[in-house]
Amino acid sequence: MSLVLGIESSCDETGAGIAKLHPDGRIELLADEVASSVELHARFGGVVPEVASRAHLEAMVPTVTRAVTKAGVELGDLDAVAVTCGPGLAGALLVGVSAAKAYAAALNVPLYGVNHLPGHVAADTLQHGLLPSPCLALLVSGGHTQLLRVDDLAGKITEVGSTIDDAAGEAYDKVARILGLPYPGGPPIDKAAAKGDPEAIRFPRGLTGPRDAPFDFSFSGLKTAVARWVEHRERDGLPVPVEDVAASFQEAVADVLTAKAVRAANELGIGTMVLSGGVAANSRLSGLAAQRCAEAGIELRVPRPRLCTDNGAMIAALGAHLVAAGTRPSALDLSADPALPVGTVSV
Amino acid sequence: MLVLALDTATPAVTAGVVTLNGDLEVLAERVTVDARAHGELLTPHLLAALADTGRTLADVDAIVCGIGPGPFTGLRAGMATAAALGHALGIPVHPVCTLDAIAAGTEGPLLVTTDARRKELYWATYDDGARVTSPAVGPPATLPAAPARAGTTLYGDVLTMPHTGVEHPSPAGLVRAATGQLDRPARPLVPMYLRRPDATVPGTRKRVTTP
Ligand SMILES: Nc1ncnc2c1ncn2[C@@H]1O[C@H](COP(=O)(O)OP(=O)(O)OP(=O)(O)O)[C@@H](O)[C@H]1O
Ligand SMILES: [Mg+2]
Repeated sequence: MSLVLGIESSCDETGAGIAKLHPDGRIELLADEVASSVELHARFGGVVPEVASRAHLEAMVPTVTRAVTKAGVELGDLDAVAVTCGPGLAGALLVGVSAAKAYAAALNVPLYGVNHLPGHVAADTLQHGLLPSPCLALLVSGGHTQLLRVDDLAGKITEVGSTIDDAAGEAYDKVARILGLPYPGGPPIDKAAAKGDPEAIRFPRGLTGPRDAPFDFSFSGLKTAVARWVEHRERDGLPVPVEDVAASFQEAVADVLTAKAVRAANELGIGTMVLSGGVAANSRLSGLAAQRCAEAGIELRVPRPRLCTDNGAMIAALGAHLVAAGTRPSALDLSADPALPVGTVSV
Repeated sequence: MLVLALDTATPAVTAGVVTLNGDLEVLAERVTVDARAHGELLTPHLLAALADTGRTLADVDAIVCGIGPGPFTGLRAGMATAAALGHALGIPVHPVCTLDAIAAGTEGPLLVTTDARRKELYWATYDDGARVTSPAVGPPATLPAAPARAGTTLYGDVLTMPHTGVEHPSPAGLVRAATGQLDRPARPLVPMYLRRPDATVPGTRKRVTTP
């Protein structure tokens, strides 16, 4: 049995989570504490790296303190520390990595520098148990949109496809701006779309031509198409039907994400799909994924929204997988790597 | 009392082990000048310095941490390390101004400067090691005259007074600057940024069509 502290600071969330690895391999969530600086960034329309880094430094020890209290353990009970060492914002990652090294050194326990992206997949194991091998992960967040083949969370992860321009969450944030909705754009678009007609406007589905890369994504053209459509309405002196635009945009995103993911699962012969990352909280995306996976006989796993957005619990979970697999810990000269490739699960 | 001293507010990664039993004695130190390696080197430096003295983190009674001013994201490497060490070991972390640590133990009037980037310096003035004016940031040409200077050697063409030779905070300087704080409850560990983050509120969105 092993208690793992997970620390996350790659973007605008300071996360500290504690997971317990049971002798049978089961991983139990004991604490999941998050301090977000999202409100500080709202008026800038996106994450300001220096603001995020300052907030991480302020929140780090208080967040770890809350996690330890929530879990009902003592710092001295911890058996390992895992930390996101990339990908992400350099200055933000540095705070988490520095703190994690200090905790590991002071508690005299192993340190695991881990990759944020497999962390999003590991989050699901806290809710639905261990993953079968292989499975397909559709990871959709503010910074990433990727299809991953996961043979082993502790080691073998391969990229099947990814966005060639904007991430899906980024498209939500940009379209929200076009529609005059607040940042972050996902939740207000989701809400507006609920009252709109998803078939009102046929927005383009990026990279779905016969010669396009079948598993890559593109959302920059979609965002421009929405801007163009809105500007034409304004030019013609017509009101902009925000709810219909939101619903039609959301339909285009959900359609292309789920169509490609299901096709990839079918072609690779994979029977389980995990949908994670902040955009997985989107009602239409999870709804359409559920419908299309059911039609294709694929088991769909979507962690609850709280586990989908950035958090420390997912990093603790990934750390617990590494402990279970007997992975060699990281050295204490570990450094943050803002561009850590997705195939590198631990450093 | 065994004190761990660290600072990452200048291009140096400073780590040392100091005893305070009446006298201040530096038992071991590791100082590397590499502005891009703060995150990587600090914890190994601290452990190596401790190992030199045959002690471990469990033997440490207090931490003294430089809180800047510093422009490098590296400043936060030291402060996050110190805060987490203090939490995990259950010992106090005493903040000291990095400029004070550079001035500690000097005699007479002194100007201390460190690189603030963007053609500016962080600075403060001292007399016999005691701070006279509060830390500030500004262009080299706007700094007050002084008979001597310490800290960065940058802008020697503008700041022509003699340099004392001390460029970075040392473990001894950090602990000396904390004299009088160490037997009291630790003050809050708050970084001295002296600058607001660069961030601009976006204007109106760029159109994609011509009106
Ligand atoms: N209901 C929703 N519908 C669509 N998008 C959403 C919803 N809720 C949140 N999002 C989007 O999720 C993103 C934030 O997710 P998350 O916290 O996982 O990502 P991140 O931290 O920005 O990036 P990364 O995890 O790649 O480093 C934002 O772009 C936000 O607009
Ligand atoms: Mg986030």
